[in-house]
Amino acid sequence: MPEGLLEIEGLSKRFGGVVASDSISLSVPKGELHAIIGPNGAGKTTLIGQLAGELAPDAGRIRFDGQDVTALPTFRRSQLGLARSFQITSLFLDFTALDNVALAVQAHAGHSFHFWRDARREAALREPARAALARVGLAGRGDVLVSKMSHGEHRQLEIAMALATTPRMLLLDEPMAGMGPEESARIVKMLRELKRDLTILLIEHDMEAVFALADRITVLVYGRIIASDRPEAIRANQEVRQAYLGEQQAVQGVGHG
Amino acid sequence: MRAWLTPRNAFVAALLAILALLPIYVAVTGNSFVMTLFTRIMILAIAAVSLNLIMGFGGMVSFGHAAYLGIGGYVVGILAKEGVTSGLVQWPLALLLSGLFGLGVGALSLRTRGVYFIMITLAFAQMVYYIANGLDRYGGDDGLTIHHRSEFGGLVNLSNRTVFYYLCLALLLACVYGVWRIVNSRFGQVIQGARSNDRRMRAIGFPTFRYKLVCFVIAGVLCGLSGVLLANHTYFISPALMHWTRSGDLIVMAVLGGMGSVFGPVFGAVAFLMLEEILPPLIKPFAALFTILTGIDASHAHEYWQLALGPLFLLVVLFARGGIDGLLLESSRRA
Repeated sequence: MPEGLLEIEGLSKRFGGVVASDSISLSVPKGELHAIIGPNGAGKTTLIGQLAGELAPDAGRIRFDGQDVTALPTFRRSQLGLARSFQITSLFLDFTALDNVALAVQAHAGHSFHFWRDARREAALREPARAALARVGLAGRGDVLVSKMSHGEHRQLEIAMALATTPRMLLLDEPMAGMGPEESARIVKMLRELKRDLTILLIEHDMEAVFALADRITVLVYGRIIASDRPEAIRANQEVRQAYLGEQQAVQGVGHG
Repeated sequence: MRAWLTPRNAFVAALLAILALLPIYVAVTGNSFVMTLFTRIMILAIAAVSLNLIMGFGGMVSFGHAAYLGIGGYVVGILAKEGVTSGLVQWPLALLLSGLFGLGVGALSLRTRGVYFIMITLAFAQMVYYIANGLDRYGGDDGLTIHHRSEFGGLVNLSNRTVFYYLCLALLLACVYGVWRIVNSRFGQVIQGARSNDRRMRAIGFPTFRYKLVCFVIAGVLCGLSGVLLANHTYFISPALMHWTRSGDLIVMAVLGGMGSVFGPVFGAVAFLMLEEILPPLIKPFAALFTILTGIDASHAHEYWQLALGPLFLLVVLFARGGIDGLLLESSRRA
């Protein structure tokens, strides 16, 4: 079996008595959209934190494109092409949308020890930033201060930021959190397009979106993988239904009945 | 499109015109006190601008910025005392040591955040303060008189008050322009991004620590320059130069003037140091009246001029976050 773009091996993380990651092993091949689902507190964000380098695992290894990145700091992983978006919007609120994305472009355009030229007039930074904004549907909103944008726009901007770092793989932490159905549909459409060029690890609560998008789904419960398979198989998996989908299915059953 | 003729820009232009023409006024009226005051204002404005680079744009609240004033000043004073009066030796060495000090303080303090950062910068400044106090050969806590201003051969004669005044003005303008370029450069974007959201900066691939450290060093060097000028200006250095209240004064200048712009702290320095001159004589008659009415001796009340500054500062912090510059900008927008 060929090695995946992202290889996780025996990843474990404890917070006091709580096991947030219980020897997680996972392989995400190039080009796959891999969704991770699980009830609240299953350790999904903790997993992303370790993949992005913000949290150090207690045990286990993370390999990205064949390279062991377990000990690399966040910025190095970003430079290798591993980009993340945040569940809780994490933007530069006092900057314009375009400035936000341009900063992400700049992060991957060599070092930033340039003290003289006006960065806001550098086409090499502004043009790719505009392109990334257009890609997430924010063309024409570039000059708006981020603090003045809507929640939905913030979510779109989150993804534009990650895109602007010319990543090879996106780690998306609940990109649809707090969105209305219409906005969610827009994000689903956008992710479907991004999927063609990028490998994506998606954490999401919106089951409709997950089953519409994912090539494979991993179910995390109390930090442990209880299933990792194709969407149809996950839907049919008895353990998953009991542990996680059960409640929702029941509700849906009532709805259909 | 931005209009150039705004109240704020007019105000800046007026201030620059006053600064440029002041020596002429002094030559005509013979009022040399104004020149001394404004030389001092411009020198401390350099310090305030440098502090604002890290505090206003970088979000690094250094409570030990006056240490660089002391380092710059003491290098000039100590070398002069040892017979080295050449500015070509004094100045580069002063800037170098300021930069190295900034490197050391920054390397440690920038690993912390918030109150801890403030406390570490304060601790380092206090350390330098007490070292200067212990330098018996150089006056200890009494300070040290400098007999000659730095010499630059036949190049410039700093002992000429007008020449020195214009040198300070030129350096202030160069400083403001330089910081303005830095703030708008790629480097400046990183610094401001790190202030706004350091975590996100790292997530998109910036090693923020090294950029902040370099910024910290730049600010240290600029403030060291201010110290060099201050020592030359007063012919005197003492540990009081870097007392922690001095660092506080610099913060007040930056906040009062406005941290959001490069020029704001210049307004702040002008306002703060003018108040320092104007408030005491204003307080005196009130104090005298108070003494007559109550019989309590208030003849020293004018020494507590900062009592009046306090409420003013409060008003700025509560109602005019952008400081003087912010108020001017607001009126520009309305116009």
